[in-house]
Amino acid sequence: MKRRDFFGGLAAAAGTGLITACNSDGPRGAMGLVKAVGRGNERLERALFSFGHRDKVARGAKITGDAFPRYWISPEVPVWDESLRGVWHLDVVGAVRKPVRLTLDDLSKLPRFSQTVNHYCVEGWTARAQFSGVRMSDLAKLVEPTNDAGYVDFQSFDKSYHESWDIDSAIHPQTLIAYATDGRYLNTVQGAPARVHSPVKLGYKNTKYLTRIVFMPTRNGGYWSDLGYEWYGGV
Amino acid sequence: MTTAAQDEAKPSHSEARHHWIVRVTHWVNALALLVMIGSGLRIFNAYPRFAVKGETFCCYPWEGTPIPAWLTFGGWLGGARNWHFAMMWVLFLNGLVYLGFVYLHGEWRDLVPRRGDLRDTWEMIKFYLFARPDHPRQGKHNALQKGTYFVLPYLGAAAVISGVAIWKPVQLAWLTALFGGYAWARYWHFMIMMALVVLSVVHVVMVFAVDPYSLRSMTTGGYNPETSPEARNARPFWWRRPSLPSVPEQTP
Repeated sequence: MKRRDFFGGLAAAAGTGLITACNSDGPRGAMGLVKAVGRGNERLERALFSFGHRDKVARGAKITGDAFPRYWISPEVPVWDESLRGVWHLDVVGAVRKPVRLTLDDLSKLPRFSQTVNHYCVEGWTARAQFSGVRMSDLAKLVEPTNDAGYVDFQSFDKSYHESWDIDSAIHPQTLIAYATDGRYLNTVQGAPARVHSPVKLGYKNTKYLTRIVFMPTRNGGYWSDLGYEWYGGV
Repeated sequence: MTTAAQDEAKPSHSEARHHWIVRVTHWVNALALLVMIGSGLRIFNAYPRFAVKGETFCCYPWEGTPIPAWLTFGGWLGGARNWHFAMMWVLFLNGLVYLGFVYLHGEWRDLVPRRGDLRDTWEMIKFYLFARPDHPRQGKHNALQKGTYFVLPYLGAAAVISGVAIWKPVQLAWLTALFGGYAWARYWHFMIMMALVVLSVVHVVMVFAVDPYSLRSMTTGGYNPETSPEARNARPFWWRRPSLPSVPEQTP
């Protein structure tokens, strides 16, 4: 075999290998390893996490407003129908000493925090979002989670959409149960009556159309986490 | 005991050119870089722009144009992210092993810039452009290679650091701020990747066009100095130089 043919063959073989790999999911056998490294990454991310680390938006930066993408998984925008389901309420239950049921009026009377923060989407875009609501840490104080409550599941009436969080991220001071933006209650496309919003988690972890907050001793996956995005989804 | 005459009598001797640690880390790096670039481009395609939502971005002319799918790896955004966040450790740790080795073993001396490198680079360019007939004298690498291999680790480090800035823009906000915020960190990460792609593509083309023997030295380690580009006076695609017309060979 001529040397030139040998090198040509080598290049062709490498090229074929690359083209087969292109646009593929990658070798099935490696998936276990890839997932294992992902779990290691989660441990590192939890070690990096601090309540003192806050997201900041430059003073005077423009709020994204109407350009903020609208997203839900139901065929139509989910709307709470009072004639069918009664007055909307938020249940905060699970591994807690004092479970509560809060109406929107109840929520509005709790200490209100307003913040302008970045919204980090898993797709790579960011938006600047202004939300007002109750700090999740205040709700936790209200219900008194038991010692084994290491996780919190945020459930919705948008079909079965939910996402569970580690409790530290859930009680980060910038994690809000938001029910208002720009001085007014949320509208339906923004996740009304109430939604989770926090810069410490990627967008898909921030459940909209909230109905239940469940404190749990174990994690409970989530809509996108079960489909293959990282469960932790920390920013 | 060997004499100088015996040494000369050897038909073509082979010497070890690259330490096995350099060879292993080279090919591990090649694979890791391919997976990182492919999965990174798949992640980019989920939002192929740099602008904050509702705003415009000054400095990227192809906002909104996705990368062709055949250049991507991971299948979908979630798959590509899982690969990206796993393979980053291979790229990072492999890079540390390589840099630690070249530092401790002294190979960095072949790569670190020295006085005269700029002039040598100019001479190499002149040679490749047929503006000088003979290959400039060189050490282990020619001046163009040397500059490239010196810059690559810095680009690699910049890729890793800008990547961390995108990964943890809240928990490591100070790092993201160094890059000018999240959208800019994403932009720099992309641009550093592009620089790595350009240098790597030129590198691979030059291997086949100028010094295919280096494939052997980067795999088994063996190298015959008589086939060096300097000894062959090899310009790119030197093996494509016109062949002689066939006439009966005359013996004087």
